[in-house]
Amino acid sequence: MIRTYSKLFALLVAMGVMAGCSSTGGTQEEGAYGSDVSAVDQEGGSEVYGGEGSSGVSSQTMTDEERAAQAEQAAQQEQAAMRKITTFYFDFDTSEIKSESRDVLIAHAKYLAANPNRSVRLEGHADERGTKEYNLALGERRAKAVERFLVVNGASRDQIETISYGEEKPAVMGHDESAYAQNRRVELIYQ
Amino acid sequence: MMRVIVTMVLAACIALPVHAELMIRITEGADNAIPVAVVPFGKADGFQPSENISQIVHEDLAMSGEFKPLATERMLSLPTNGDDVFYRDWRLLGQKYLLVGQVQPAGGDKVSARYELFDVNREKRIMGETASVASNNLRTLAHHISDKVYEAITGNKGVFSTRIAYVTLDMENGKRIYRLNVSDVDGKRASVRLKSSEPILSPAWSPDGKKLAYVSFETGRPAIYIQELANGKRTRIAQFPGLNSAPAWSPDGDSLLMTLSRDGNAEVYKMDVASRKLTRMTDHWAIDTEPDWSPDGDSFLFTSDRSGGPQIYMMDADGGDLRRLTFGSRYNARPRFSPDGEHIFYVHQRDSYFHIARMNIESGEETILTRTKLDESPSVAPNGRLLIYATQEGGKSVLAVISADGGSNYILPSRFGDVREPAWSPFLN
Repeated sequence: MIRTYSKLFALLVAMGVMAGCSSTGGTQEEGAYGSDVSAVDQEGGSEVYGGEGSSGVSSQTMTDEERAAQAEQAAQQEQAAMRKITTFYFDFDTSEIKSESRDVLIAHAKYLAANPNRSVRLEGHADERGTKEYNLALGERRAKAVERFLVVNGASRDQIETISYGEEKPAVMGHDESAYAQNRRVELIYQ
Repeated sequence: MMRVIVTMVLAACIALPVHAELMIRITEGADNAIPVAVVPFGKADGFQPSENISQIVHEDLAMSGEFKPLATERMLSLPTNGDDVFYRDWRLLGQKYLLVGQVQPAGGDKVSARYELFDVNREKRIMGETASVASNNLRTLAHHISDKVYEAITGNKGVFSTRIAYVTLDMENGKRIYRLNVSDVDGKRASVRLKSSEPILSPAWSPDGKKLAYVSFETGRPAIYIQELANGKRTRIAQFPGLNSAPAWSPDGDSLLMTLSRDGNAEVYKMDVASRKLTRMTDHWAIDTEPDWSPDGDSFLFTSDRSGGPQIYMMDADGGDLRRLTFGSRYNARPRFSPDGEHIFYVHQRDSYFHIARMNIESGEETILTRTKLDESPSVAPNGRLLIYATQEGGKSVLAVISADGGSNYILPSRFGDVREPAWSPFLN
């Protein structure tokens, strides 16, 4: 979220600066602009900028609604990008959602809330260590932890189906921590 | 919402032979293994039996870990009946027992073996018998003789005629193929009972040895099935929302303990097999799973992480007297009772490794039995003397058999992929 706002802020600042610079220079009093742009203007105003300021002019008249729509579009793009992430990892013998998974899961939850006809299947998995039946239960607990998180953030329980495969379907073959870390996961699959 | 899941289930089979046959590699016997000489059995002139019976008996006894059979090339004489035995020859070789015998056609399609067992030090014949089988069943006859010899010497029933169920996993054309198999305890005479592209787990023998309960994901979701071994007929007995796992038969075969999450999270339930009536046995927000019924039917074991990590608990069958049994490390799971109900065998984590451990329930004394890592799925032989479990070797999952009091006996790798989830049958008589 923080990233979204900071991008938006940069965009608005840029638009404001362009609008100012492209207004017909020369006639304006010195110091009418902020100190950071006044020096530029002293060089000859619109001449310096060639006067082709139509885009700047139009942006000056951008309404709050348009601005909000633009922000919304940027946010949606950001959310769509986040939703490309569909695998969430866990530590050994835990079903605690990691902090790095939260924003992405919130993006999925919002999308589900906005699209009640969409549904997801959550597949819980464990690494190969420990016992198979306990790992089945652990995989289920991971899937249910993700389900709960999605529901708390706006998705409906009816949109979510969970299943656990325990240690039966590793993402990566191998018997070391790097393989294990990739296998302790919940996969979110849009149906 | 409903996605069609294409699952290949070549249905339940009465018995599809071969593919999943396991190899056997005997690793070591106990230090105090009993020296025994199994002399190659005599054959009637011109008779060519399809199996070498005395060789199978020799291998069975070695496999048990309790015997050290004498190599044939060291034998000074090769008697085939009691009249030809010179005890001195065998005493010189340090042998305590001697088995001799003969194999002959017995009319019709039958083959018989006449065999005698001798105590070398006491210079005494301690057992003799003539037994016959159909000619295509000579391994059955050999395992029968091994059982008789084992019992005559140790006083315990032999398990050479029992069977094991296990699951193999192979990659075929880029697809995972699971097979549920049943074989002899030496991995021979394997047959496939179910084949699926989705996971098969947790085979459990009914107490009469005639049925297997197991978990299959063939419909895309886990369900518990009971399959009759004689005819392949099977029944889906549990497919509730969520988990359906870890079936365990009651000693009378009338009910199954199982893990379901239909009421929210993993709990142990009892199902009456005839009526399908369910009774909830555990009630806790933690994971409760992997039940095992005590041999007397009065109590059961299960794994629960209610203390923060998986540990083993015992509860009366009526739901009372909950006791935590394991404290030795942060991960103890998947318990199995010994046949006498005095010990439990389970998966125990030490450092970053998972071993099979044994605990005396009364004293709490814990012994780690395996030196392999990543061990799981312990299953005890019905005489309580041997234990089979799954472990890793060369990046593959294999089965290993050890003495229930420690010491590695033999390994059963699959020729191809992984082999896992072993379950030792009860006595089959």
